[in-house]
Amino acid sequence: MTSKPVNNYAWFFVLPVLAFVMFSSIIPAMTVVNYSVQDTLGANSFFWNGDVAFRSLLDPTTEIGARFNDALFRTLAFSLTCLAIEVPLGILVALSLPRQGWAVGISLVLIALPMLIPWNVIGTIWQIFTRADIGLFGASLVGMGLPYNVTQNTVSAWSTIVVIDVWHWTPLVVLLSYAGLRAIPDAYYQAARIDGASRWATFANIELPKLQKVLVIAILLRFMQTFMIYTEPFVVTGGGPGSATTFLSIDLVKIALGQVDLGNGAAMSLVYYLITLTVCWVFYTIMTQLERRRDA
Amino acid sequence: MARITLDGIAHAYSGKPQSDKDYALKPLHHVWEQGQAYALLGPSGCGKTTLLNIISGLVIPSEGRLLFDDVDVTRLSTEKRNIAQVFQFPVIYDTMTVAQNLAFPLKNRRMDKALIDSRVTEIAQMLDLTRDLNRRARGLTADAKQKISLGRGLVRSDVSAVLFDEPLTVIDPALKWELRSKLKAVHRALNLLMIYVTHDQIEALTFADKVVVMNDGRAVQIGTPSELFERPDHTFVGYFIGSPGMNLLPAKVSGTRAQVEGGEIQLGAAYPAQPNDKRIHIGVRPEYATLTAGAGLPVKVKRIADLGRKRLAYLSLGGQSLVASVPNGMEGIAGDAKVAFDPSRTLVYADDIRVEGTAP
Repeated sequence: MTSKPVNNYAWFFVLPVLAFVMFSSIIPAMTVVNYSVQDTLGANSFFWNGDVAFRSLLDPTTEIGARFNDALFRTLAFSLTCLAIEVPLGILVALSLPRQGWAVGISLVLIALPMLIPWNVIGTIWQIFTRADIGLFGASLVGMGLPYNVTQNTVSAWSTIVVIDVWHWTPLVVLLSYAGLRAIPDAYYQAARIDGASRWATFANIELPKLQKVLVIAILLRFMQTFMIYTEPFVVTGGGPGSATTFLSIDLVKIALGQVDLGNGAAMSLVYYLITLTVCWVFYTIMTQLERRRDA
Repeated sequence: MARITLDGIAHAYSGKPQSDKDYALKPLHHVWEQGQAYALLGPSGCGKTTLLNIISGLVIPSEGRLLFDDVDVTRLSTEKRNIAQVFQFPVIYDTMTVAQNLAFPLKNRRMDKALIDSRVTEIAQMLDLTRDLNRRARGLTADAKQKISLGRGLVRSDVSAVLFDEPLTVIDPALKWELRSKLKAVHRALNLLMIYVTHDQIEALTFADKVVVMNDGRAVQIGTPSELFERPDHTFVGYFIGSPGMNLLPAKVSGTRAQVEGGEIQLGAAYPAQPNDKRIHIGVRPEYATLTAGAGLPVKVKRIADLGRKRLAYLSLGGQSLVASVPNGMEGIAGDAKVAFDPSRTLVYADDIRVEGTAP
């Protein structure tokens, strides 16, 4: 290896990407950092505020801290609820899909359809669909005597957002799991049959271990997206009733753009970003470590 | 422990066979005896894996009946047949240890814990897996994994048969010998009916008591290794088994004499006259065709291959090519030479099927 000529010309080829990342991510992010340590009294005059915004954000006794705390737990609860439904449901659907024949293409396309619809259209579809007076879904539930009202009933609002996310994104888990399942050679199933394994034993000892890698990706993607959910509650519930569906992203937009509180908004978005990053990093590290330990 | 009977078993993957060509496996009658080791030998696509999967129940045959002892199992599912099968590529359960892998088929059948343990220990000992019993199976090498697959196939003592589908494909050549002799030893120790699919003739001939040679969906000959070598029933067996294969030369046969490319040779038996529309060949293995200084068919020597312990001469006889042995000590072979066939080892084929001669 050492006899190879070493030069650093390759870095020149990376420069365009670095420049692009600089302008697309790093400079905007630094702007946010810049805002987070300043405050303003309007008229575009800023003054140094130090870590005050961060301190109050992480202190639940302050008004902004309490608000952040509530929104954070609301968002975490939402993410975990969605994961708890979407991952098992996705695996279940993937297991019951046909493995060959003409039905494969049709069912995959049908399942992938929700993912192809633009975000704001999804919101509008569901907003009308769930209206208690004229929406097919909402009016049917009301007709059955259920106290369903997205804008007034907390349970209705919450469950509606969860249902939308499940409808919209379980297909992703299905497609990933299906691909993972198809990668398992037939011999494994034949061996399991010959070994007399039950359906459950086949799932637990062959399918689930072989799905582990795609499931880590699916869980990561689903966690990040549900943790950052914005469009659905924004369009369908507007964060209400009260602040029942005011998730972090909704609250962030309210503070930063609604109240034009750039200092607190910037601090909040940084903490928000770090939480997402940390959770993903910890999860990913634990899963890959487990894998490595198993190989040893 | 059972005898397996194939009663006219045939299979076509298309479902409704219209002609002979549609069959992946043509109708076959055969009885596999308890305690014997069989090999299914043939080139890729000859139907040997189909036959194996029919026996194990992974494929349901389109025709015929399959009997285990006297019970018809043709339509029984794999689980109910009491069969073990080892596949071409190692199949292991990733999350389990080696011991758990070996115990899995027994655990699924709700066997007694103590019984499972003793059985696992016994099989692990046979396959040299004892040291690895408590390791996770996924970290092991390919051949250790395949040993686990073999072990799972052998761990059940009550199986009707153990089926092997080219189990040594992924194994290192050096380890192949070791595993093969291990299998042979296990076979002797366990007294099981074993059926072994392979396209490697050495593997088939060393492992099996009886070899079924298959070609194009048909079992062309079932016999002991020496029967296949000495008296191939079909020209396919002649050139598929043996390296190089049997020499086949178009000939005219009358009584105990055969006309080959203008020359005449003596046969070991008298053959009845054959209809004119049949293609008649004589077949002689290179081991029984020798260059000679005495009388013989005139040939041209194309080249000599020195294999170390013997020499082979590649010859042309008229328009035909053939291979013959060079006797020890014969030197200066080039250009024109003479070849002689051992009459008792020279066989006659009509339309690829061996013709039985009568004592002269």
